[in-house]
Amino acid sequence: MMEKFEKLNGIVMPLDRPNVDTDAIIPKQFLKSIKRSGFGPNLFDEWRYLDQGEPGMDNSKRPVNPDFVLNQPRYQGAQILLARENFGCGSSREHAPWALQDYGFRVIIAPSFADIFYNNCFKNGILPIVLDAELVETLFAEVEANEGYRLDVDLEAQTITKPDGEVIHFEVDAFRKHRLLEGLDDIGLTLAHADEIRAYEEKRRKTAPWLFQ
Amino acid sequence: MSAKTLYDKLWDDHVVRDNGDGTALLYIDRQLVHEVTSPQAFEGLRLAGRKPWRVEANLATPDHNVPTTDRDSGVEGIADPVSRLQVQTLDENCRIFGITEFKMNDIRQGIVHVIGPEEGATLPGMTVVCGDSHTSTHGAFGALAFGIGTSEVEHVLATQCLVQKKSLAMFIEVDGKVQPGVTAKDLILAIIGHIGTAGGTGYAIEFGGEAIRALSMEGRMTLCNMAIEAGARAGMVAVDDKTIDYVKGRPFSPREEYRDQAVAYWQTLHSDTDAQFDKVVRLDASTIRPQVTWGTSPEMVIDIDSRIPDPAREPDEVKREGMNKALAYMGLEANMPISEVRPDKVFIGSCTNSRIEDLRAAAEVVKGRKVADNIKLAMVVPGSGLVKKQAEEEGLDRIFIEAGFEWRLPGCSMCLAMNADRLEPGERCASTSNRNFEGRQGQGGRTHLVSPAMAAAAAVTGHFIDINKL
Repeated sequence: MMEKFEKLNGIVMPLDRPNVDTDAIIPKQFLKSIKRSGFGPNLFDEWRYLDQGEPGMDNSKRPVNPDFVLNQPRYQGAQILLARENFGCGSSREHAPWALQDYGFRVIIAPSFADIFYNNCFKNGILPIVLDAELVETLFAEVEANEGYRLDVDLEAQTITKPDGEVIHFEVDAFRKHRLLEGLDDIGLTLAHADEIRAYEEKRRKTAPWLFQ
Repeated sequence: MSAKTLYDKLWDDHVVRDNGDGTALLYIDRQLVHEVTSPQAFEGLRLAGRKPWRVEANLATPDHNVPTTDRDSGVEGIADPVSRLQVQTLDENCRIFGITEFKMNDIRQGIVHVIGPEEGATLPGMTVVCGDSHTSTHGAFGALAFGIGTSEVEHVLATQCLVQKKSLAMFIEVDGKVQPGVTAKDLILAIIGHIGTAGGTGYAIEFGGEAIRALSMEGRMTLCNMAIEAGARAGMVAVDDKTIDYVKGRPFSPREEYRDQAVAYWQTLHSDTDAQFDKVVRLDASTIRPQVTWGTSPEMVIDIDSRIPDPAREPDEVKREGMNKALAYMGLEANMPISEVRPDKVFIGSCTNSRIEDLRAAAEVVKGRKVADNIKLAMVVPGSGLVKKQAEEEGLDRIFIEAGFEWRLPGCSMCLAMNADRLEPGERCASTSNRNFEGRQGQGGRTHLVSPAMAAAAAVTGHFIDINKL
């Protein structure tokens, strides 16, 4: 069962660099886990800590980088990540949305996302929102100028409401919206079409038998 | 019937049903499985009490975590207990679910994107997926191949299908003839430099034109491998005689009785002459020089004769800041000739450049020369056990070893440093891999992406150099 997303009012954390890749979101040494959870403490590990992170370390005892946004007191408890273009590029590792989700992020706003990462977010109850670059720029300025800056995100209405009451509309594919709102089990939905999959295979077995040899 | 692109044809032939909401249920012919992105998918199957839909459509091998030095004690001998558990988990899952696996000490083991084509498990006209972004590699065969996340790995295991929204179609035409020393790696780096790392986002890219047609199948794999570095999940090249010759007689290739039928179908796998693309990009191959990346994104790439760009000349503020951060991370100064940059390590390998032709190209440069004094480690990691065997039969291993290279066992190795092969903080590497992201090859490590011949040239001279000036 997928995690649902409906509405959220949360603190916004700005991450002001373009092309944030999934290696930066969750470095490779943590991908050795065979579990789906527990990646949050190593989210942005190389930027967040001053030492070299390895699996199994007690993260609470590691020296933190005070300059990195995630460690700044004003952004503690943030659930909305404000990012720059091409966020989530690189590897297809679903560990990246797992780490963001485990840390507490439920919404990511950026001018653009890498395709695989974007798709992976929806599988994990995270809503990635694409906004116009100028709007993102405005949000960066407002977040940095106002401590405790929050946004109100409503997936059903496809709106973001700013503290000053301004409402921003965002686009999302209808099928993705539906699945996220309902927290639907993708595999169960597909298996409801098992007869059609079998019919396709029968047809294909005749036209391309070498694929079934 | 209206004219179709190659992508249209591949898509249409795999639609199980149109969901009526902008998506289709797409049939997947082949799934490649490795140890890093599969354990949670198998666990999901177990928890839901589901079985693989068509077990023989899957092929597995461990590649990311395996050691490249010593495997005499088998999986038990993997020093890192977390890596060992992941490889053991793959073995166990494949055993329980009945999936064919080339285990660590099987000669057919290797990087998934090397062994798929090598075994004929990747064929023209197939849909190929893997929990790995470099699955785009397989598009070289006129296949629709793309990387997926672990939830989708589970989805394919359970249903043999994926719910997909069709991408836009881009055609990248590279016409003209390449200059000496310019390889598929240089073409794709130049393309990424031209369209940017997000230039292909939302698109499936077809590569064509004289320079692409002239590439060998291995060159086309290198090209399509890095389509994802341009933001495109899928890259592809139309089928021609080279494609058909390459797949002939491999273990998973069509049996003799089906061969003519298969070839007749494969010959239709090209874009129709008047097919429409959403975007067309044209490059002139004759203007492309050997490439070297200078920064922390594959689009930060320049010709070997160039100087490192100056952020002061970049008008866009976000880009300028990105360039400043990259220069600081890389420990480089603006305006410095890239040929003065001196690596500490050289890595020849990865799903981009670890096939036999790559090793031959590097060996040709290395032959009769020695690794320069400033190079602490130069290593060659063949893409598979079979590539390694062939290279050894050709004597390439001896050329490398005599020059001072280490000759390793197959796997992903220092491309992403999940095993013991990595850069130390501040170390600089000439690498034939695909990503120069911060920390990719080890925390604090600095990566310069180049072709195998350029990496070999850097190893023997101690700095980046135009392969033609060696």
